[in-house]
Amino acid sequence: MEAIQQVKTLTEEQVKRYSRHIILSQVGGKGQKKLLNARVLLVGAGGLGAPTAMYLAAAGVGTLGLVDFDVVDLSNLQRQVIHHTHDIGRPKVTSAAETIADMNPDVRVIQHQFALNSSNALDIISGYDIVVDGCDNFPTRYLVNDACVLARKPNVYGSIYRFDGMATVFLPGKGCYRCVYPTPPPPGSVPSCQEAGVLGVLPGIIGVIQATETIKLILGIGDVLAGSLLVYDALDMEFRKMKLTRSPACPVCGPMPTITSMVDYEQFCGFPGSAH
Amino acid sequence: MAIEVRVPSIMRKLVNGAKTVQASGATVVRVLDDLEKRHPGFKERILNTDGGLNQFVAVYVNDEDIRFLKELSTSVKDGDVITILPAVAGGQEAQP
Repeated sequence: MEAIQQVKTLTEEQVKRYSRHIILSQVGGKGQKKLLNARVLLVGAGGLGAPTAMYLAAAGVGTLGLVDFDVVDLSNLQRQVIHHTHDIGRPKVTSAAETIADMNPDVRVIQHQFALNSSNALDIISGYDIVVDGCDNFPTRYLVNDACVLARKPNVYGSIYRFDGMATVFLPGKGCYRCVYPTPPPPGSVPSCQEAGVLGVLPGIIGVIQATETIKLILGIGDVLAGSLLVYDALDMEFRKMKLTRSPACPVCGPMPTITSMVDYEQFCGFPGSAH
Repeated sequence: MAIEVRVPSIMRKLVNGAKTVQASGATVVRVLDDLEKRHPGFKERILNTDGGLNQFVAVYVNDEDIRFLKELSTSVKDGDVITILPAVAGGQEAQP
């Protein structure tokens, strides 16, 4: 990634644009500069990536990387609010970049229009400060997790299914996805992507939680969801927190790791790196 | 002894669509045995062929992951809540 000039002082326009942030003592001009100088990678520009990207862009997160190989489909528009009807058939990263450019010219968008795999994941992730996992398939989840552990990057995790969502933050050295689910389910044990419906607003809730946690990490304020798995049930409108413990037997972040490089799991639903 | 078991959406067809079921037993595996009697096929979705916990399913007693307690031998008492949470990856949910 090419170097960019660090923001040292806010322009008059920026002071006005971010005034509602700046008047918060927890943010201030200093915090706003941290946001403008932050580099966040969003894996997936779909259901989860759309609201996350839009709120991070509005907040003035200066560099947003978007990974998605897919193009916009009519059936995406029920939830992927960053894309529009006229974007159908266009690459999601391009469509998302245009929406972001319209929202906030302060944001530099880096388009990665391909799927993450074992050869590129570490390299891409290493250019960012924080990774937001909004992908829709197990092989990519495990790739993102393992790459974040090995590159020591915070992984802001979210997932959705039908009416249920989950979110957490995996901080380096404090546990990872494999501490909860050591290995992916075997091919054939998951329903096909086409069969899995999702309530359109569900990724909005989970994606905005991911954006909130990302902003807190950048600013260094509050308590992020580290050490807890937040479980959301839209039908009961219920949030619960489960304890998330670092596993001493974790195959990637434990003291005796058996996984020390990237693993490509077999794709058994959809396509690599495709987003909700 | 009544234990509440929260059933993930993917397994609800095994329990006539119920979101939660009541069961009895002094340990997690005994509770699963009890459910298996009334809802055949329930237990095999959570356990692997060796009788251990599937790697892509997390089971919690209240808010604690049983992997960090005594796994399937974790004790449960009246009023405890067991939550079964399969791994979810957007369009995909592990079908235990």
